[in-house]
Amino acid sequence: MNLIASSAFFNEKHEAMKEFDVIILGAGAAGLTAGIYLARAKASVLILDHGMPGGQINLTHLVENYPGIESISGYMLASTMKKQAQKFGCIIKSNAKIKTLDFAGETKIVVLENGDEFNAKAVILSPGGRSRALNVPGEKEFTGRGISYCATCDGDFFQDREIIVVGGGNSALEEAVELTKYASKVTIVHQFDHFQAFQHAVDRAKENPKINFVMESTIVEFVGEDSLRAAKIKHITSGIITEMPIDGTFIFIGYVPNTEAIKGVVALNEWGEIITTKKLETNLKNVFAAGDARDTDTRQITTAVADGTRAALAAMQAVLQ
Amino acid sequence: MSTLMTNLKHIASEAEYNKVLQENENVMIICGRMGPMCVPVYDAAEELEIQYKHIQFYDMLFDLPDSKVIRGLPECRGFMGLPFTVYYKNAKVVKATSSIQTSEQIQEILNAHF
Ligand SMILES: Cc1cc2nc3c(=O)[nH]c(=O)nc-3n(C[C@H](O)[C@H](O)[C@H](O)COP(=O)(O)OP(=O)(O)OC[C@H]3O[C@@H](n4cnc5c(N)ncnc54)[C@H](O)[C@@H]3O)c2cc1C
Repeated sequence: MNLIASSAFFNEKHEAMKEFDVIILGAGAAGLTAGIYLARAKASVLILDHGMPGGQINLTHLVENYPGIESISGYMLASTMKKQAQKFGCIIKSNAKIKTLDFAGETKIVVLENGDEFNAKAVILSPGGRSRALNVPGEKEFTGRGISYCATCDGDFFQDREIIVVGGGNSALEEAVELTKYASKVTIVHQFDHFQAFQHAVDRAKENPKINFVMESTIVEFVGEDSLRAAKIKHITSGIITEMPIDGTFIFIGYVPNTEAIKGVVALNEWGEIITTKKLETNLKNVFAAGDARDTDTRQITTAVADGTRAALAAMQAVLQ
Repeated sequence: MSTLMTNLKHIASEAEYNKVLQENENVMIICGRMGPMCVPVYDAAEELEIQYKHIQFYDMLFDLPDSKVIRGLPECRGFMGLPFTVYYKNAKVVKATSSIQTSEQIQEILNAHF
């Protein structure tokens, strides 16, 4: 995290700078890659992140499918990407909360909640996504007190305990198997009567003697005192609700795009994803989108990086016009 | 490894922990590992350290035997998500959180208690 220090240095150095060739919203894999390409081509680039640079890579324990690197912690990969972007001259501003966005005209204007205003000739939107929450009573209250979204982080708190895994995709099934290293019993609760995962992931879960399944069911409430004690589970077709005593629950039910701040600014599809052309253009001139937040069917680091590259090259052309 | 790979100040023993609390009025300690839920909290604290000069920000490795001083706090009873983040005013716990927190959530606590 030495980068934070260097980020502060860059911010100080360019404090007065308000006009850029390109502004990038979101400093995940897509945004940082776009920044690297643009800054290397001598464009002036501001990358704004409403949280911390690195995005979802920071939440990844170990990345083992990024070509050229056999295995790397998510933290190290994100750090290196940030360093690379800064080395080429990108200014990265974290905790940048968007107040207004005006992308309709030739000059693209971003105003932050702290009053800072920045202009650019082109914009790349790369706000990524986040884990979907169940949004049921008790979920917020017991997060960190029995409810978790990260098996590698919190699995060992559940040694010889009974837990639930919510979800029916690859992540849910793979993490359920992983969690049997610690838990004495894992119950997978899934809303459908079938899984949306690869067959090998389903088979591995079904073969595991510690795993059992509650299908066509959903959790409607979490209850407890200091920590989680039980989950109320509703059988969807019959409507019957039963209370299952439980020590922990891991939730893996997919993904939501972080597009709340750009709703009404660019066109989104029914799932809130940014609609793009093959060239990663949005419906607005010189506004491009990259990474997990756009309408794509694959959400990986490699695809975010590829998107970042393509959006940068398209934005570069726009800047040179 | 007895300390975490962060730019925060580290606490590596119970004696250091006691000294930090004795010598400082406002203290935040993040007790965790170099894991996905912890790193964003360290990152946020590193940034906030520049802004909140009247608060001392520290981390402590969760797996150190001496980190029982945090793991065993009554305020951390029921915690099952890393990191454990504890806020102290005059050596008394004023707030404790479990698992990942955003910079805004941390700032809300800092503004409310310090
Ligand atoms: C637990 C986990 C494990 C994973 N494991 C792997 C793996 O092993 N291999 C793999 O290839 N992929 C993996 N992925 C997927 C991969 O991490 C993502 O597909 C990829 O990182 C997406 O990059 P991105 O830049 O599009 O978005 P993100 O990484 O989501 O980054 C978006 C950034 O934008 C910021 N932002 C959001 N809204 C705004 C806004 N309004 N204004 C400014 N900034 C904003 C966010 O703070 C964030 O930093 C994993 C994902 C998770 C959650």
